[in-house]
Amino acid sequence: MIALEKRPQPSRLWRAATPLLAVALTMLAGGVMFAALGADPVEAIRVIFWDPLFDPDFAAYSRPQLLVKAGPLILIAIGLAIGFRSGVWNIGAEGQYIMGAICGAGAALALYPAETRAILPLAVLAGALGGWAWGMIPALLKVRFGTNEILVSLMLVYVAESILASVSSGLLQNPEGMGFPGSRNLAQWDAAANRELIAGTGMHWGVLTAFVAVIAAYVLMSRHILGFQLRLSGEAPRAARFAGVVPGRVVVICFAISGALAGMAGFFEVAGPAGQISIDFGSFYGFTAIIVAFLGRLHPVGILLAGLLMALTYIGGELAQLMLGLPAAAIQLFQGMLLFFLLATDVFVNYRLRLGRREAA
Amino acid sequence: MTRQAEQVLSLEGLTKAYPGVLACDDISFSIGRGEIHALLGENGAGKSTLVKMIYGLVAPDSGRMTLEGRPFAPPEPRAARAAGVAMVFQHFSLFDALSVAENIALGMEEAPPPRRLAARIREVSELYGLPLDPARTVGTLSAGERQRVEIVRCLLQEPRLLIMDEPTSVLTPQEVEILFETLRRLAQDGTAILYISHKLEEIRALCDSATILRRGQVVATCTPAETTAREMAEMMVGASFAAVERAPRATGEVVLEARGLSAPAPGAFGTPLRDISFSLRAGEVLGLGGVAGNGQDELLAALAGERPSPRGMLFLDGQDIGRLGPQTRRAQGLATAPEERLGHAAAPEMSLTENGLLTAAQSRGLLRRGFIDWPGARRFAEAVISRFDVRTPGPQAAARALSGGNLQKFVIGREIAQRPRVLAVNQPTWGVDAAAAAAIRQALLDMAAQGAAILVISQDLDELFEVADRFGALVGGRLSEIRPMAELSLERVGLMMGGAHDMEVAHVG
Repeated sequence: MIALEKRPQPSRLWRAATPLLAVALTMLAGGVMFAALGADPVEAIRVIFWDPLFDPDFAAYSRPQLLVKAGPLILIAIGLAIGFRSGVWNIGAEGQYIMGAICGAGAALALYPAETRAILPLAVLAGALGGWAWGMIPALLKVRFGTNEILVSLMLVYVAESILASVSSGLLQNPEGMGFPGSRNLAQWDAAANRELIAGTGMHWGVLTAFVAVIAAYVLMSRHILGFQLRLSGEAPRAARFAGVVPGRVVVICFAISGALAGMAGFFEVAGPAGQISIDFGSFYGFTAIIVAFLGRLHPVGILLAGLLMALTYIGGELAQLMLGLPAAAIQLFQGMLLFFLLATDVFVNYRLRLGRREAA
Repeated sequence: MTRQAEQVLSLEGLTKAYPGVLACDDISFSIGRGEIHALLGENGAGKSTLVKMIYGLVAPDSGRMTLEGRPFAPPEPRAARAAGVAMVFQHFSLFDALSVAENIALGMEEAPPPRRLAARIREVSELYGLPLDPARTVGTLSAGERQRVEIVRCLLQEPRLLIMDEPTSVLTPQEVEILFETLRRLAQDGTAILYISHKLEEIRALCDSATILRRGQVVATCTPAETTAREMAEMMVGASFAAVERAPRATGEVVLEARGLSAPAPGAFGTPLRDISFSLRAGEVLGLGGVAGNGQDELLAALAGERPSPRGMLFLDGQDIGRLGPQTRRAQGLATAPEERLGHAAAPEMSLTENGLLTAAQSRGLLRRGFIDWPGARRFAEAVISRFDVRTPGPQAAARALSGGNLQKFVIGREIAQRPRVLAVNQPTWGVDAAAAAAIRQALLDMAAQGAAILVISQDLDELFEVADRFGALVGGRLSEIRPMAELSLERVGLMMGGAHDMEVAHVG
């Protein structure tokens, strides 16, 4: 008989090992799934994890994509993780990401076709404000009326998607676009474009911002009293109140940070890799970032690594669709498995397995 | 009848190990018919594990139990109940919205029709002097009456063995007397009673024999009536410890004052504070007694600043502090320590260093422009650990890894080390072993001797008699008149806690 036994102390070894174990188990189970779909599992895993970085034919294209995809994931996940550690569950980063893109692009396009260097920073700020404002809705509803922030923030994603559809064929539609939905292409407008900073690396302003956010979040959470108070609220809400932390303030701060970061990520995306506001701008970065946050153990450095790994599965997944004809859903399932196995193996941080007979009564 | 048949329950070599601890190590004793047997031990001595094995909640690793001469190994509580074992838990499991009879019916395997059940409840409760109206809603009952419901529920099963887990912690002295009468009557009828407590005087008054546990082992058995409380305490702790000493001291100016402090109940099961007034002088210990749930938590939350109070109700040095938050109050010299250690006074998963920072960040200058001085925080935690003899591997240990008593020493020590001018504590020695409790009480008295004003809220009357200069009782969110402790007898204190009123209500049924 197998029994789970609670450990007297959480295991540090397992805390570090579970992400690696989860990746390994995902490869295994994913391999089985790919085999069932008729693909060679070893080849599929290679195409997903190895080819994007090292294949002579694809690497030149896909290597820069790693940072392009990881940038928004990391930026959003950093904000979410601060909330998750504080016990504030912002599930609607996708909506804040979309609203950030709309507000940032809208602010820039209002000034079109001016050519001043002030436009890009202004638009980044507008993007951050857009995401912040969208995040304030669930935050203030929770503080004022005690609504559930998980539901409200999630439902606001669908509202944001409707707004996106509306503006891309209305308010922000390109007047010179011959009636096609979608805004002007920001990437082709020097003043607002989010350019690649170092050619051939995929490094753009958003990726740089993500790296800065990693460092800032690390300092905040481990060195600053505000980070301590946020962690305290997540660990023991009553103890936080005893220490003078106002619960409502924690909710507002967490949504402000995660909303603003998601909004910025949205603008960087629309002004760079995506180029324009369009109906299909939403990319699920906001949802995938939740996986990234947990895969990175809600720790900034972990999130940096997890973001890169998740980006790799994105790129490798596209490659696998192309090369092996695997369906897109299989790739999403593959990413879902990663979170599933991580949460499953997490049990071993606090519990250990005991094999053997159940003791006689 | 043979001696074997006279024994209701006997345990032989019961052993149960949990990872890292041997909770029960080769425990053997037996309880005879009509015997009231005390099970005595500090927190973590193995009392609750042992009881859980008898009640079928936990299976022993090895050892045997016999009930009335037959082998007894209940796989679940239902089997234990069927075999004639009943248990009254320390925490009640009653539904407030249902009537007494409905609550009792819910706990029975095969409840009789409501009318017959009501008649049975009346019959049993009258027989054992536990007046109870089956139609009353449980939400309107006092703690003592709720306990009666639990006891009557057990008695309807006609148990051979009744287990009582810390039954008096929620009762006034008068209610305790009524309970003891009932238990004695039950014993006369042949029921065996296993009585778990750490209140030594009660055990001396009630029990025929006592088994003392320490670290999972039976360390002694004794006849309580022939043993002094101090001897029993020393057997429990395994060492002798210093008695609390009170140095004579002078009282000074009024530092903390409540004038008609009122607050609505927080949530459906809280107690509102009603017009509480007291003044606390420097160098004085004010003890506030009362049965659990009469406003203790709410009063401490109001003093700590977790819930702000309207203007004109709370004053520190004559200045209105009602609207100030916890940090500002601490900065002005008012420190508090709530009852619940894990999750309220301390964050379970955080280290002692972080838990030290929790209240000491500002007063100990551990912040520079909001950035935390971690080495300083660690030094503070180390200082508390060494000064208050907290047993722990070090300041990096998580709060939840500490035993209750050690964490309590840390939590109280954390406040004392900040040298507040006023310290308000709720249940400072709850669940703490005797030696640690004595150390905490001594530290509180020493603080008062150095001129601090101390407010001790406690349900342990012995504790209040030991440390308090003046006494007031909290009843239903109100504070009684405050009297000098030296003038009060235990009976008088009981009446102040609302015992008299309680009994009148009970006899209506």
